[in-house]
Amino acid sequence: MQPDHLQPSAFTLATARMHEVMGTGWYSFALYQATKHNGTLFWIAPEKSNQTLLPDGLPRNVAHRLHLIRPKNERDLLWSIEETLRSSAVDLVIAEPQKPLSLTAGRRMQLAAEKGQTTGLIFVREGQGSNACETRWKCHPLADQYGNLTLHHWQLIRNKRGIIGDWTVSWNGETDTINMVPSARQRYRTQETTDHRAVRAGS
Amino acid sequence: MALADARAICPDLVTRSSDLPSEALALVSIRRWASRYSPIIARDGADGLIADITGVPHLFGGEAGLRTDLQERLSRFGITAGSAIAETRGAAFALARHGGGIIAEGNLKRDIGKLPVSTLRISNDTVRALNRLGLSKIADLTPLPRAPLVRRFGQGLILRLDQALGQQSEPISAETDLPHFGVRIHFPEPIGLQTDVTGGLKRLLKRLCQTLAQYERGARRLRLYLCRVDHDTAIIEIGLARPMNAPERIAPLFSKGINELDAKFGIEAMRLVAHITEPLKPEQISYCDTRQTNELTDLFSSLGNRLGFDQVQRISPANSTIPERSFVHTPAAYSKIKKSEAHINTQRPAIIFPPEVIRIDYPAPPGTPPARFFWRQSKYRTIKATGPERITPEWWFDDPSWRSGLRDYWRIETNEGLRIWLFHAPKIQQWSAQGTFI
Repeated sequence: MQPDHLQPSAFTLATARMHEVMGTGWYSFALYQATKHNGTLFWIAPEKSNQTLLPDGLPRNVAHRLHLIRPKNERDLLWSIEETLRSSAVDLVIAEPQKPLSLTAGRRMQLAAEKGQTTGLIFVREGQGSNACETRWKCHPLADQYGNLTLHHWQLIRNKRGIIGDWTVSWNGETDTINMVPSARQRYRTQETTDHRAVRAGS
Repeated sequence: MALADARAICPDLVTRSSDLPSEALALVSIRRWASRYSPIIARDGADGLIADITGVPHLFGGEAGLRTDLQERLSRFGITAGSAIAETRGAAFALARHGGGIIAEGNLKRDIGKLPVSTLRISNDTVRALNRLGLSKIADLTPLPRAPLVRRFGQGLILRLDQALGQQSEPISAETDLPHFGVRIHFPEPIGLQTDVTGGLKRLLKRLCQTLAQYERGARRLRLYLCRVDHDTAIIEIGLARPMNAPERIAPLFSKGINELDAKFGIEAMRLVAHITEPLKPEQISYCDTRQTNELTDLFSSLGNRLGFDQVQRISPANSTIPERSFVHTPAAYSKIKKSEAHINTQRPAIIFPPEVIRIDYPAPPGTPPARFFWRQSKYRTIKATGPERITPEWWFDDPSWRSGLRDYWRIETNEGLRIWLFHAPKIQQWSAQGTFI
């Protein structure tokens, strides 16, 4: 039996707020949030970024709702985040600014999100966030040594209204729901006596 | 003559493929220009114009003067054209394509009699059949009894003959041009305040949008000319994400341009032109539906005006098995949503990037992925590998990045958590990374 704060509802981002996410697995968290919002999605990335989303690898019902904005410079990028957050036709705005967010920029996004009743999820690098954000997440992909799960380690490291937490979840994009996974030691306590090499595949 | 024959005769022959849409556009603009000779002017076939110049020639000093004027102006534009003036449309058509000239009144039958039957606007089969019978000129046809001609060649030939000779009327229907969507306002005193400019713009927009609505059109791009007292003009141009004719939705897009405007000694006149318009049918207005789409369109407009309309994109599926070409980014303002119900393919990464060569210190045996590798300055250890999935290049499309031949793709899970999409190109014996999974 898991305590309440371990239920997936803990990952619901508050609307009319700006949130931050960091870590190498940030886009998985962003895509999970995209499946949880039913309206128009915006993904704002600089024009020079060579990474792009592959529609075949995205969860269902995300690709056709997604709009990409490719601003040419940082100033335009921040402006487009603010502009999209302020529009009430938008549901979720995911953005990757290149420079550290200043408190002013963060606060402006926060105010814009309040105006449009939208949710913002901004990717920041380690230690570069803004104090104006509602929550800050740190996300990393996790290897499943013995099983076949797509594991993620999602850590809530800042929360203005609520507690912080630390979860291991399993989500591979096929369904809208995620599964909470107990820590590896608990899972495989019974298997500890077996030979790990035999269970391992591939390597 | 066939192209091969022409090339055999003249080996240095330069050929260009014809561009029919541009030619049609050019003809439309020549038609607009040629309306200086007559109010009733229409396109005639793919390469001609026909004008009814009844009552016009005396303005140019007679028919000969008119024709000389037309030919001179066209040759000054660099257009080689033939022209003819005749009593009937059919005769003018025939003569213009055979030397040109003027058929004086009363000489119609004599002058067009010399022309071949192919100029009568009849099908090639009919022309061939007439030639086989020895009827090569129009004059050969006119004295013949009509009933056998109709029995043999159908009504079409007789109709065209009668039209050329003026026994059947053939009116010219002029094409209507869209009006010029532009309005202007002059001020009694020069203005300089932003509120005044905005006020003037509102008045102009109201009038312009009324005209647009009357012709069921919406503006796609608008230009605002602000004429200053010192005779120079500032131009503010905006684009719209969708054809629109609602003044209250267009006005806010000008605010950035008006803010940055320098009025100098004052603005004495304003001119607003919708230089690109598209058809816009009246819409059924409902509260819940249109509000959302309108707001989204307004957002696209404001984003597009600052960032450029190409920078706001949608992802549309494309028809290709090559992962990086299986989708295209289309400008959101110029495309429709293509909804696909396709499920996620867990063998495809969520993020892709151009291939990056990975460093492998200890090569794995052929057919297996590397056990350890370096990617973006980090070291990874493979714990699970799914694959290979072989993707072959599209031979009909020369893509420089796929010149290295077919690729074997692997989904690799690493001990560090990273789930990465690696491929091996057997032709160049190289491992590269191209994407990361959810």
